Amino acid sequence: MKEISCKFLVLGAGPGGYVAAIRAGQLGVNTVIVEKAKAGGTCLNVGCIPSKALIHAADEYHKLRTAASGKSPLGLSLNAPAIDLRRTIAWKDGIVGRLNSGVTGLLKKAGVKAVIGEGRFVDGKTVDVETETGLQRIRAEAIVIATGSAPVELPDLPFGGSVISSTQALALTEIPETLAVIGGGYIGLELGTAFAKLGSKVTVLEALDRILPQYDADLSKPVMKRLGELGVEVFTRTAAKRLSADRRGLLAEENGRAFEVPAEKVLVTVGRRPVTEGWGLEEIDLDRSGRFIRIDDQCRTSMRGVYAIGDVTGEPMLAHRAMAQGEMVAEIVVGRKRSWDRRCIPAVCFTDPEIVAAGLSPEEARAAGIDVKIGQFPFHANGRAMTTLSEDGFVRVIARADNHLVLGIQAVGHGVSELSATFALAIEMGARLEDIAGTIHAHPTQSEAFQEAAFKALGHALHI
Amino acid sequence: MGEFIIKMPDVGEGVAEAELVEWHVRPGDPVREDMVLAAVMTDKATVEIPSPVTGKVLWLGAEVGDTVAVKAPLVRIETSGEAGEAAPDSVPEALAEKVLDEPVAVSSRLEAKTTAKSEKAAPRPAPAPREAPDLSAKPLASPAVRLRARESGIDLRQVAGTGPAGRITHEDLDLFISRGAEPLPAQTGLVRKTAVEEVRMTGLRRRIAEKMSLSTSRIPHITYVEEVDMTALEDLRTTMNRDRKPEQPKLTILPFLMRALVKTVAEQPGVNATFDDHAGVIHRHAAVHIGIATQTPAGLTVPVVRHAEARGIWDCAAELNRLADAARTGTATRDELTGSTITISSLGAIGGIASTPVINHPEVAIVGVNKIAVRPLWDGAQFVPRKIMNLSSSFDHRVIDGWDAAVFVQRLKTLLETPALIFVEG
Repeated sequence: MKEISCKFLVLGAGPGGYVAAIRAGQLGVNTVIVEKAKAGGTCLNVGCIPSKALIHAADEYHKLRTAASGKSPLGLSLNAPAIDLRRTIAWKDGIVGRLNSGVTGLLKKAGVKAVIGEGRFVDGKTVDVETETGLQRIRAEAIVIATGSAPVELPDLPFGGSVISSTQALALTEIPETLAVIGGGYIGLELGTAFAKLGSKVTVLEALDRILPQYDADLSKPVMKRLGELGVEVFTRTAAKRLSADRRGLLAEENGRAFEVPAEKVLVTVGRRPVTEGWGLEEIDLDRSGRFIRIDDQCRTSMRGVYAIGDVTGEPMLAHRAMAQGEMVAEIVVGRKRSWDRRCIPAVCFTDPEIVAAGLSPEEARAAGIDVKIGQFPFHANGRAMTTLSEDGFVRVIARADNHLVLGIQAVGHGVSELSATFALAIEMGARLEDIAGTIHAHPTQSEAFQEAAFKALGHALHI
Repeated sequence: MGEFIIKMPDVGEGVAEAELVEWHVRPGDPVREDMVLAAVMTDKATVEIPSPVTGKVLWLGAEVGDTVAVKAPLVRIETSGEAGEAAPDSVPEALAEKVLDEPVAVSSRLEAKTTAKSEKAAPRPAPAPREAPDLSAKPLASPAVRLRARESGIDLRQVAGTGPAGRITHEDLDLFISRGAEPLPAQTGLVRKTAVEEVRMTGLRRRIAEKMSLSTSRIPHITYVEEVDMTALEDLRTTMNRDRKPEQPKLTILPFLMRALVKTVAEQPGVNATFDDHAGVIHRHAAVHIGIATQTPAGLTVPVVRHAEARGIWDCAAELNRLADAARTGTATRDELTGSTITISSLGAIGGIASTPVINHPEVAIVGVNKIAVRPLWDGAQFVPRKIMNLSSSFDHRVIDGWDAAVFVQRLKTLLETPALIFVEG
């Protein structure tokens, strides 16, 4: 068995792991990263990036189809467009490929040694990796676990055949005629919307009483409306049971009423679980916090010298949280004083329209016993939104009533994902309503709605 | 428009009064049905009082810290419905009923207050205690300021912010740093302080004070400290934890100590007893109900593992975890917090070489666990590292002689040092 030692070992090259490794490498730390598949993890290979590529392609195709149907208010018309999903997927794979080699290149540039294979803890300082060329033992002073998460499988609808996870949905080469999506969370709705725009007849089944249950009803309403326009049928309080006998449909039950949903493919997006198996967690017996590995504000686990970051450590399971943790852990390992002090982790949902949320929701603020002022400004009163057919949605600001400190900002609307930066910055900098109201927002842009929402909370909105 | 009076509910068997520990509303607040209005505390359990109706709070009948008699009016609520509405089933014990101008039955422990209160037509609004929100509890500063503070080893909570909404600016940090480095005494921030903060004893803190006074004024304590070599037990514990089944809880040393106690008191029933000094009777209990002194956010509570004599070690551990969680989250029931026959007190996690535990009246013995530390021990030829733990145990000297106390502790030491004996049958 070959044996190497290093100062810092990263298990998993997803967004958390590779950022930790790059930062450690930049700081001159002898670093090794272990990955069983491709650099970039779920996010880059089968998550954020490829899904956004597919969503964009579906948007473009849908616009052409709208124009072809003669319904474009812009006065566009054209003959029936066509899509070759094989080429779309190849284009998407090309992007993923470029980013893969980009991450590999960055790791190399930072002087990080990459070991490809399945890593497994032997003890808190040692990991064995099953590589193509045999077993490789790596001894490290500090180890960071960044093993990520995986889609949850339903016992009665195991993945395989027509039952697919988000990963397979991003690799389909033919557009299914009918698609049933189980789970009305953001992953299911993003992909369900994309396939509806590509021409599938999509049905969404959600067990709770509304879609996107992690957002408040005001935010999910425009999405619900758009799903209706796209012909997506949504069943709430509905349980998916099993495939029908001919395997071309899905049996479901709503309030004791059983019915069948046509489903050439069944996309199961009922959540993600932390990957805590298959890499020797049992050898080191770390404390858990529910399903997750328990960490403190420096991402330390219950074992000295062993850190954990990203989805395996808890909600929210978001790439940018993992990246921030990864960067922090690398700096802690070289002895810098760092700890988790972020005020907000913005979350974006790339549905149509998009949703972005940073900080506290009105309910969360009230539940914390805070007196709040809320300002909400609709896009139908925003000039830029009108010129791009994007009048649905709004920006909402929540601030403390006593000192106007901004606690939370949410928006729903076309392209609002790009507003996540200014929302998070406002909260992280400790902005007050007056700070936002006093910042000139360029005209004509959708971001003006943010300033107007702050004005509204202060009691003097100008354009409504 | 109608009015409802919500009365102090009958919160437990034979309880005639309860202490008001928290108001969740103040006069003028709108309330919804089932919204919690107040929390009251009896012997040990805290009970929340929900509103049976939707309406507006008109009047509160007591202040935090007051002792209120059962059935005395507590809250008056204005409702929008008919005046004759019945009390909803959800709180039959809350006894909502149509308003009648009944006198307020508040028996405060402060006499002056009682008289003052009866003269007052409308009681003062009680402040609604609210928890500080997470976000604003953190010092308000930009990420760049936070980073600089962390690198300079400065706790931002100590820095006064001069920016908008109390935001800490780079200039505030500069000032703080330069003051810290300034040798002049006038600028080091050392000043005379004369403020006196008054903290009212309420709720659990008052119960603890009463209980402690009772124990120490009535019981002549004898405290006996012995060191125990825990090396063998720790080895066993490590093995058991490593090989445990997934459903089995992680073992601390407490379950071992509980099982050892069960064995020891079987041989010395006089220690597992309660002493009724008014009647002059000692009750020796066949059941071993072990109280576990537990620190909770509100203060010290003693959840009770009942019938430890009938529980195996895993069962002891599981019950211990369940009760500790319940105590910490404040969901332990009154039954789970009373009726112990002997108590264990553990400050081991913090350190300390010995303690003088106070007996949980009317019990006659308490066993205190101190920190396990590796200490050198002379084995006759050389010093060897052993895991040593002190046991600090107190006994009621009226009932237990020093000799018997020593025999008890020595027996416990033998069991803990040779843990196989704990598991020997009979």
